[in-house]
Amino acid sequence: MKGVKLLEERKYIPFTEEMRKDYTILVPNMLPRHFKLFLQVFKNYGYKLELLETSGHRIIESGLKYVHNDTCYPAILVIGQFIDALNSGKYDVHKTALILFQTGGGCRASNYIFLLRKALEKAGYGFVPVISFNLGGLENHPGFRLTVPILHRLFYAIIYGDMLLSLVNQCKPYEVNKGETERLADELTVELADKMQKEGVSFKKVKENCKMILSRFAEIERVKEKKVKVGVVGEIYVKYSPLGNNNLEQFLIDEGAEVVVPGLLDFFMYCIVSNLTDIWLYGLNKLRYPVLKFVFNYLVKQQKEIIALMKEDGNFAPPTPIEHTMELIKDFMGLGTKMGEGWLLPAEMLELNDEGVHNIVCTQPFGCLPNHICGKGMMKPLKEKNPDMNIVAIDYDSGASKVNQENRIKLMLANARANMAEKERENGIKAEPENEKTEILA
Amino acid sequence: MVNKGTAAAFSLGIDIGSTTAKIVLRKGEEVLFERYERHFSQVREKTAELLRLVSDITDDEQISAAISGSAGLGLAEAANIPFVQEVFATGEVVKLKEPDTSCVIELGGEDAKIIFFDGGLDERMNGSCAGGTGAFIDQMATLLNITVDELDKLSLDAGRLYPIASRCGVFAKTDIQPLLNQGARKEDVAASIYQAVVNQTIAGLAQGKRITGKVLFLGGPLYYCKGLGIRFKETLKLDDEHAVFPEYARYAVALGASFYAEKQNSSYTIEELIKAVENASSVSGGKGRLKPLFADESQYREFKERHAKSTVKELDISEYSGKAYLGIDCGSTTTKLCLLTENNEIIYSYYASNQGNPAEIVREQLTKIYELSGDRIEIAGSAVTGYGEELIKNAFSVDYGIVETIAHYTAAKYFEPDVEFILDIGGQDIKCFKIKNGAIDSIMLNEACSSGCGSFLETFAKAMGYSIEDFANKGLDGKAPVDLGSRCTVFMNSSVKQSQKDGATVEDISAGLSISVVKNALYKVIRAASAAELGEKIVVQGGTFYNDAVLRAFEREIGHNVIRPSIAGLMGAYGAALYSKKCRGSTIISRENLKNFVHTSKSAVCQGCTNHCRLTVNTFGDGKRFISGNQCEKGLGKDTPTQSLPNLYEFKRNYLTSIKSEEGTRGIMGLPLALGMYELLPLWHGIFTKLGFTVKVSPMSTRRTYEKGQFSIPSDTACYPAKIMHGHIATLIKDGVDAIFYPCLTYNMDEKMTDNHYNCPVVAYYSELLKGNMDDLSKVKFLYPYLNINNRKELVKELHSYLSGFFDGIEKNEVKTAVDYGMQKYAEYMEAVRTEGAKALDFARKNGMRIMILAGRPYHIDAEIGHGIDKLANSLGFVVVSEDSVFRLAEPFTVKVLNQWTYHARLYRAARYAAEHDDTELVQLVSFGCGVDAITTDEVRSILENAGKYYTQIKIDEITNLGAVTIRLRSLIGALDERSEAVGRA
Repeated sequence: MKGVKLLEERKYIPFTEEMRKDYTILVPNMLPRHFKLFLQVFKNYGYKLELLETSGHRIIESGLKYVHNDTCYPAILVIGQFIDALNSGKYDVHKTALILFQTGGGCRASNYIFLLRKALEKAGYGFVPVISFNLGGLENHPGFRLTVPILHRLFYAIIYGDMLLSLVNQCKPYEVNKGETERLADELTVELADKMQKEGVSFKKVKENCKMILSRFAEIERVKEKKVKVGVVGEIYVKYSPLGNNNLEQFLIDEGAEVVVPGLLDFFMYCIVSNLTDIWLYGLNKLRYPVLKFVFNYLVKQQKEIIALMKEDGNFAPPTPIEHTMELIKDFMGLGTKMGEGWLLPAEMLELNDEGVHNIVCTQPFGCLPNHICGKGMMKPLKEKNPDMNIVAIDYDSGASKVNQENRIKLMLANARANMAEKERENGIKAEPENEKTEILA
Repeated sequence: MVNKGTAAAFSLGIDIGSTTAKIVLRKGEEVLFERYERHFSQVREKTAELLRLVSDITDDEQISAAISGSAGLGLAEAANIPFVQEVFATGEVVKLKEPDTSCVIELGGEDAKIIFFDGGLDERMNGSCAGGTGAFIDQMATLLNITVDELDKLSLDAGRLYPIASRCGVFAKTDIQPLLNQGARKEDVAASIYQAVVNQTIAGLAQGKRITGKVLFLGGPLYYCKGLGIRFKETLKLDDEHAVFPEYARYAVALGASFYAEKQNSSYTIEELIKAVENASSVSGGKGRLKPLFADESQYREFKERHAKSTVKELDISEYSGKAYLGIDCGSTTTKLCLLTENNEIIYSYYASNQGNPAEIVREQLTKIYELSGDRIEIAGSAVTGYGEELIKNAFSVDYGIVETIAHYTAAKYFEPDVEFILDIGGQDIKCFKIKNGAIDSIMLNEACSSGCGSFLETFAKAMGYSIEDFANKGLDGKAPVDLGSRCTVFMNSSVKQSQKDGATVEDISAGLSISVVKNALYKVIRAASAAELGEKIVVQGGTFYNDAVLRAFEREIGHNVIRPSIAGLMGAYGAALYSKKCRGSTIISRENLKNFVHTSKSAVCQGCTNHCRLTVNTFGDGKRFISGNQCEKGLGKDTPTQSLPNLYEFKRNYLTSIKSEEGTRGIMGLPLALGMYELLPLWHGIFTKLGFTVKVSPMSTRRTYEKGQFSIPSDTACYPAKIMHGHIATLIKDGVDAIFYPCLTYNMDEKMTDNHYNCPVVAYYSELLKGNMDDLSKVKFLYPYLNINNRKELVKELHSYLSGFFDGIEKNEVKTAVDYGMQKYAEYMEAVRTEGAKALDFARKNGMRIMILAGRPYHIDAEIGHGIDKLANSLGFVVVSEDSVFRLAEPFTVKVLNQWTYHARLYRAARYAAEHDDTELVQLVSFGCGVDAITTDEVRSILENAGKYYTQIKIDEITNLGAVTIRLRSLIGALDERSEAVGRA
């Protein structure tokens, strides 16, 4: 066994200036609403990005074929979706690049980008560049630079995205004219990105635009009806991506519920808090403290102003300020739990409960390590202190059957309806007359 | 047709579960009619049939009706009849009928549910990984070749319980099969199966909540299986007053549906209901379907003709005289025999289920062979392979016992001398191996979680009312096979359920199952990306490949024709027989002795050490004994165990368990010996001893440790090392410690040259979970500070401020001295491990022995978690070293993945060490459910394979049986031997 072949250096193909001119960059479909905005921002800076909105079994098949089957489901889906797209013949594979988020952190999700490159090599696409989208300068891609103006706009895109997400959820179940809500959201997505380009970015403008968004949504004609509210929390991919969670939002809406999904800004701030806890708890990277603290305070302030704005408008329920959410979790879990969604996951359940949303679907990929602790591991203590909470944990993976998932969600919904009826009786409010759907109210 | 607001005279509840349909008709309080029947997936037809049964009672009066149950959902939607979720329905019934109930346990065909009423309603259903219950019992009865009733009767006469993994049917099978093969009593096995169901219910569903008070047991299985009820009562320590098995147990859900129906303001006549059900069109159809296996008749003919060519000549035994060679393959579910002439023609063969008693089958068959042979034929050589190898070899004095992989290769070579790839799908396992340069190059066996392939098809065929042959043939005609994915078979159960709901035919389901078995093998076991990886010359075998649908699906999936010998199911036996031809003078049991052959088995507990292995003692007519179930050699009745070889696992265990505690003044500090505590024990032990605590370490785990904490595990898919932590905490609390310490460590020791040095999330934050789920922790001070162990100053600061919140008068200086002392102890330990590792390597090289790096993580040395695999490796002649004892001997290097976990970074360097040394093999231990290992295994494999080394992986879980591990390790040895022989020849 002489001449053992040493492994090559960990190399990657950089995305060059040259490529920027005529390459199409494919983007996985994780947060449809936000990503559409992000894409518009990049488009305005001369990038050609395309959001993959494909679905179907071929994606899972490609994923299973090229990724270790015990890897988490989001990796299988994201990588499967990429390879499926490259195989589709729709793109010139020599003029195509891929982009993936890289967070770093103790969860195996930090490894997605490496798994993707391994998979590409195995599938014969080793030449396709993969851009790492990260704020820590983990890799160098000369043709893809996150400049300050871009970052600034992306940040506001998160704010807009969160607002659209929340308003769509609050309007869609009640809309009189089917499809109106989605149409408005799509319109606004293009409009907002263009505005950012033309008007430049300032928080003043953002606030003006938020007011505009609020008033436009308020115009949607809605039926007055009390629906069961269901919160969705969980691992970030399966929480947001319809591909990952078998169209959970639509299923819940079809079941006659109003869906409440905490926004992306929370996760963003959670990432900053994670860096802060390294300093607070372990005395690491102390030099970064002032910057982190500044950014955190800045975000907190902006979030508060948006909330104030929504309260003033009065038509829609605003999100919970992150500081309050952090306060809520304190009795249950340390802020040092920072892998995956970490403390944010149970904190969002508490936040929802606090907002009066007691019914919660906790989504996770099958065998998600952080969620053993932060999801399923926290359900007992949370429920003990908050007996009203009605949580169901749903595992997603390539082999899980939709029937099983839906049956469990239906159980949660049956209890939710019973609880709601109970409350209404207590409050002496007469229950709404039963509608045509047969499966309502026990 | 829905009549709003009309007062209904009757109320009707229909419950359609995964396997049965139940109907209840009430008038006021009185139940007028009830019926419970299997529906064999003909949901619509069965429901209509049941409805017709009540039409005599109802005439054309108005009935309120509701449907419930997992298979009822689709029907209710399509027929526009009210639907109520089944657990919810049960809850309603109990609130009405037994309001003082604290807890309901309901087992159905494939679902298990618990409802807690005390302290707020709390309902749980089994997760997607917790295999069926009723279906599981059915499956187990099939395995034992008895009916469910017989199983129940047997269980009542049990004398002892065997531990059987309770996660899912597939796991349990892996445990049960060897028990049967080793001759365990069926009575005991039956009760153990029930116990597994009980454990699963408690571990998987109670999730930290204790089951006490009045418990109601509902559902079909609990109604029919009296023995199961007994196991529940004993395990939960319930008396008759608190364990209630009501007469309506089977109908609870249907009854609940009828109550629900009353509250709906719509009603029907029975005729309207029947019509609604019959006209309910099945939803969807085209979705999730695949192409048929054959496009047309001519394709099928070509396929048939091609495979008809790979045959072995058979001779009539009555026309042969001379030497003959006997091969026996005692597999997990079937026993195969083959008798060959000198020219390799088959003169006798046998293939059948071993019916849980392989020794008896072999005796019968041998008797028959002797009869047929007369004086003309002499058995000149014999060999046995398979799960039951040891038992059969001992019982009948067979000449050779060979590992299965070698037997199969020997046989495959006969059909295709240049075979490059062999795939064997048997009843229980998938084996595949690549052949390079005339030797086995790599071996892949399925993990416990994806096994059950062949027998799964069979169980399914039976469940749908077909023989496996008919079921397979139907698959060939499937017009649009259902797409069932490629995961574990338990998931397939639910997928099949779903496709039935969508109106798939038996043909489509059969074809779909065949395709998924193939995909499972290809993508899960072989992990092939393309057919090119498998090579050109492929031989497929194993009983499952008799199934033409499976064979066709395989060829289609890889886009390549393969060879399936006509004796696909006999290949192990055929190979064994070929192998035995090198025999000179057979020792096989003589005709006379066979006549007097008797075989009895009884169970015993080994008293050799504290492990108390449960042994099965087989006694044969001539007084010979064969003992199984042992983890070491002590229980075998041999005088002295073989001289022990260096074993780093043993060394580490001894080192850690012999750290001395001193009597302290600050109280008793408990340290749970699990997860991250394993390696850092010297550090924390040192610190707390120096701080004046009496340190109490929980003892090494046993199965009992796991059971002690089982009820408080919230996530049943977490890894075994994490789950066993609960038992350690429980033990410490029971021992009366004042405090328990298990810190949260985001970062582990920084051993440099890596991208980062994290702990995995489970090791890092498990305390947060323990705090929330183990109520007893409130009895002690539970200390779980977030600490930085890479910076002494920080550690002192953090520890001091944290401990000061719990204990008075702890000075910072004291903590500093303690931390210094602890760090020194930790360094000493790591140094000792390194030195001992070097000594072991030295010993091996001086004595020309093979070295095995048993590469896992520090907690894998645990006696229970590691299941004694290290000792097994020793007994097979390996010097065993651990990953942490040798990794520093290889230069650090860049791997292709993010190298960010301390424990896992060692694996890569250890693999490199193995890659650089001819005499060193690496076997990777992987915990079931370890997400991180999905990344490390591929990387370790590629490091080894790039250097032309074998990669061997052992997945460990609750399973205690070492049979599969033995096959793996022996195959490795076999492959190594073959390879060196091949080198020798060259």
